[in-house]
Amino acid sequence: MIKSLIKKGEYFDSVSLMIVGKNVAQMDDVIDATVVMATRENKSILKTAGLYLNEFEKYDDTDLLIVIKSDNEDKFDEIFENVDILLKEIRNKKDDHGTFTPKSLDGALQIQPDSNLALISLAGRYAGNEAMKALKKGLNVMLFSDNVPLETEIELKKYALANDLLVMGPDCGTAIINGVPLAFSNAVNKGNIGIIAASGTGLQEVSSIISEEGFGISQAIGTGGRDIKEEVGGMMFISSLEALRDDENTKVIVLVSKPPHPTVLKKINAKLKEISKPVVSIFLGADKYLIEESGAFAAETLEEAALLACAISGNFETSKVSKFLEERRSDYKVIVDNEVKKISSDRKYIRGLFSGGTLCDEAQIILKKDIENIFSNRSGDEKYALKDSWLSKEHTLVDLGEDEFTVGRLHPMMDFDLRNKRIIQEAKDKETAIILFDLVLGYGANADPINEILPIIKEAKRIAKGISFICSVTGTEQDPQNKSKVIEILEKNDILVMPSNAAAAEIVNLIIREIK
Amino acid sequence: MGFKKLFGKKVEVVNIGLDTFKDDLGKQGEKVTNVEWTPPANLDKNILRILQENKAIIETANEKALEIILNGKPFLVGLDIAGNVIPGMKENLLLHSGPPLTWDRMCGPMKGAMIGAMIYEGKAKDFAEAEKLGASGQFEFSPCHEHNTVGPMAGVVSASMPVFVLKNEEYGNFAYCTLNEGLGKVLRYGAYDQQTIEKLKWMEKELYPTLKNAVEFIGKIDLKNIIAQALHMGDEVHNRNRAGTSLFYRTIAPAIVQTCKKPEVTAKVLDFINGNDHFFLNLSMPAAKVTLDAARNIKNSSIVVAMTRNGTDFGLQLAGTGNSWFVGKALVPDALYFPGFTKDDANPDIGDSSITETAGLGGFAIAASPAIVQFVGGSASDAINYTMTMYEITFGENNIYQIPYLNFRGTPTGIDVTKVAEKGILPFIDTGVAHKDPGIGQVGAGVLSAPMEPFIKAATGLAKQLSIK
Repeated sequence: MIKSLIKKGEYFDSVSLMIVGKNVAQMDDVIDATVVMATRENKSILKTAGLYLNEFEKYDDTDLLIVIKSDNEDKFDEIFENVDILLKEIRNKKDDHGTFTPKSLDGALQIQPDSNLALISLAGRYAGNEAMKALKKGLNVMLFSDNVPLETEIELKKYALANDLLVMGPDCGTAIINGVPLAFSNAVNKGNIGIIAASGTGLQEVSSIISEEGFGISQAIGTGGRDIKEEVGGMMFISSLEALRDDENTKVIVLVSKPPHPTVLKKINAKLKEISKPVVSIFLGADKYLIEESGAFAAETLEEAALLACAISGNFETSKVSKFLEERRSDYKVIVDNEVKKISSDRKYIRGLFSGGTLCDEAQIILKKDIENIFSNRSGDEKYALKDSWLSKEHTLVDLGEDEFTVGRLHPMMDFDLRNKRIIQEAKDKETAIILFDLVLGYGANADPINEILPIIKEAKRIAKGISFICSVTGTEQDPQNKSKVIEILEKNDILVMPSNAAAAEIVNLIIREIK
Repeated sequence: MGFKKLFGKKVEVVNIGLDTFKDDLGKQGEKVTNVEWTPPANLDKNILRILQENKAIIETANEKALEIILNGKPFLVGLDIAGNVIPGMKENLLLHSGPPLTWDRMCGPMKGAMIGAMIYEGKAKDFAEAEKLGASGQFEFSPCHEHNTVGPMAGVVSASMPVFVLKNEEYGNFAYCTLNEGLGKVLRYGAYDQQTIEKLKWMEKELYPTLKNAVEFIGKIDLKNIIAQALHMGDEVHNRNRAGTSLFYRTIAPAIVQTCKKPEVTAKVLDFINGNDHFFLNLSMPAAKVTLDAARNIKNSSIVVAMTRNGTDFGLQLAGTGNSWFVGKALVPDALYFPGFTKDDANPDIGDSSITETAGLGGFAIAASPAIVQFVGGSASDAINYTMTMYEITFGENNIYQIPYLNFRGTPTGIDVTKVAEKGILPFIDTGVAHKDPGIGQVGAGVLSAPMEPFIKAATGLAKQLSIK
């Protein structure tokens, strides 16, 4: 049976509630549980989850709904009491700063009057309004939130352009401004490579590789994925180009994006022609010549883009990059043979489980060169779109950060539960040959990825022998999780760790060719 | 130019949303301030748009209203009988706290106080008679606020009750309030028994003339000055009036001794004031009232000039919307209860005393009053946080009323209904709690946030007025 407890006027942010909800669901006697604000969206989620009660109708955004499903009627009181305790704990944790926490941007500006950047991660329908308030107070904005309406984005960016301000996002997960990593970003060296990215994990991969190579970042600006669409017209992408062009600390500029809309690409190319600084671009999935026309170096992978930028930054010949990559490929045979040995003969498919959307895209592009039937929830090709994202089909690469997975849940870079379950699910599938995954480190990401994923991989290996586990780690030595420590433990546990997302995809491609 | 000016500067972040982002920046030693964000009120989009479009008009009006509030000079200028001085006061009229209310919707303590007043006025012998009379339609009921008056709890005022007369020396307007009866069985909590009536009679016969003569002897007493000092001495002049009462006592006592011919009356009157820590509440309230009333009728101002409860409804009035009331259901306070009582015994919020919050005192000034922090969660930092939060919804800060702990920062003053709606932050009120049944009295004291409903209605009302122009 289902029972609810409603707290009127008690607002908690969604992340706090997800943490509480997760803990409640794990309590004894609880079959299912949810703790959410009574927004229209949440109510419709409750309806689909079969946890909706008619009395919820009269509650709205500022009311808290606690819904418990249990077979043990006597336990409800105890469960609700425990929920209360959890809510108090999380509230106290937030209040435990000893000092006053302002309730609005105005209040924050009274305390910190020289603020110059607002980092906004509220629910999409509130975020735009807060972003505009911040702009009007003269602050630059990083808008982490997604589900911000397109017209709001355009309005914000127009205002920003007219007032010499920067709007990163909506849906911008990563940026490094004046050496400060924001939201999901890695701890990187300072240097003279400036990055403009319409893709968050793409930016993380490129900036991390640059830093690990011993070079550094001047600025890393995220624009949000929609900036390069026709409607937004690359407003912030181009404004960022101008800013990096004029920035004396930036020697090389790297552009990271999916292919921009042709009208936007035209504008970018025109702008590039006025820039004398070297520019490296990685427009994943676009034809190289489209950008080379402007005189920019065009890379095929995120890693190549990072290495090209390093070469220019260090005054090396850029041709050394392709030489290096080719030499590395010549060493792949040993690795491939070793992995092929692990895979039992009846197994034939890749199952790629990604937390980074761009990493999923990149792997797909590389694998598609040789393999046709790759299904994905991010496939550009209708024929290979996964009908049900929760179920793999033949070769499958899924981005677990897509909306269908993240509604009411933390992003898979933070919360590994969903991918962990999927690893077990794939291990139980007799056709799974390779489980490919990404581990993204850095600020914002899960603080202890090894302890989250390793027991699951061990369990998966117990369930099924004969599967090869392959991954790449996006991150740096300085990241709180420490890249080399993470890699060392993975390798000790017989997981193949490749030096980049692209390299992991390349090796998978070769393995599949071998086991066919 | 572009946003390049951001480069090279120290990044100072305001984080609105996920706490982890703030924690990560904090760990790296970066400058970051977190916002504990709450969603805005559920205002109609059109209403919000009208308010945003008219921001400049509203702010100009608010500046005027705030100036008047800050310039107010509340003085106690005398005492008189309600029927002689309160505008519109008459024999068959009973004033009450809060927004307008009919007999059938009155809560227990309100009915009790009405019954007590009818007995006090000699219109009824007992409960049964008074109750019949109350329901008969022979008496009119009207909010104190509509008669330049305020009253704590039930706030019932009848024609022959003595009242303090306050004048705003800057703007010439007057305000009135009955004399505080002390604790125990008292009319304002709905008591109507013989003991209650006898005390009221004593107040009329001995306390009133004695105080009246003493105030006449002094001429006038500057209440703004006393309130400012009281804030420096640990009062917020709503739930704590110990310092205010003491300061008033120091002012009035020599005059009483000089003017009262009967030593036993002198002693009794002085004892009564001295023995009632809340005596000054009935002066701090009309001081707030007389200050705020001067700021009424400033077209399009979104500043609240009255915020009050009658035990059933919570109502408010704006400087910019004339005499309209914006009303919602009154809530039950979160309180510390006296032994033997629980929240089940509590009546919903009642009294005009939230006029103190409206004027930047009471809950808004609770950071000045560490002695009563047990009402707000127990620690002094809780009290400071409450006051700090109120700066988010006020249009300005007080020039005279200050908080020592906050480096003598002026108290948050002039509740701006558009800020309340936009930020979803509600005014914070500290208050006494009445038993829901008449005649039992006070059962606790505590705090509560005002309900959102009247603020949404007020913002909507203002927007509608702006859209007709």
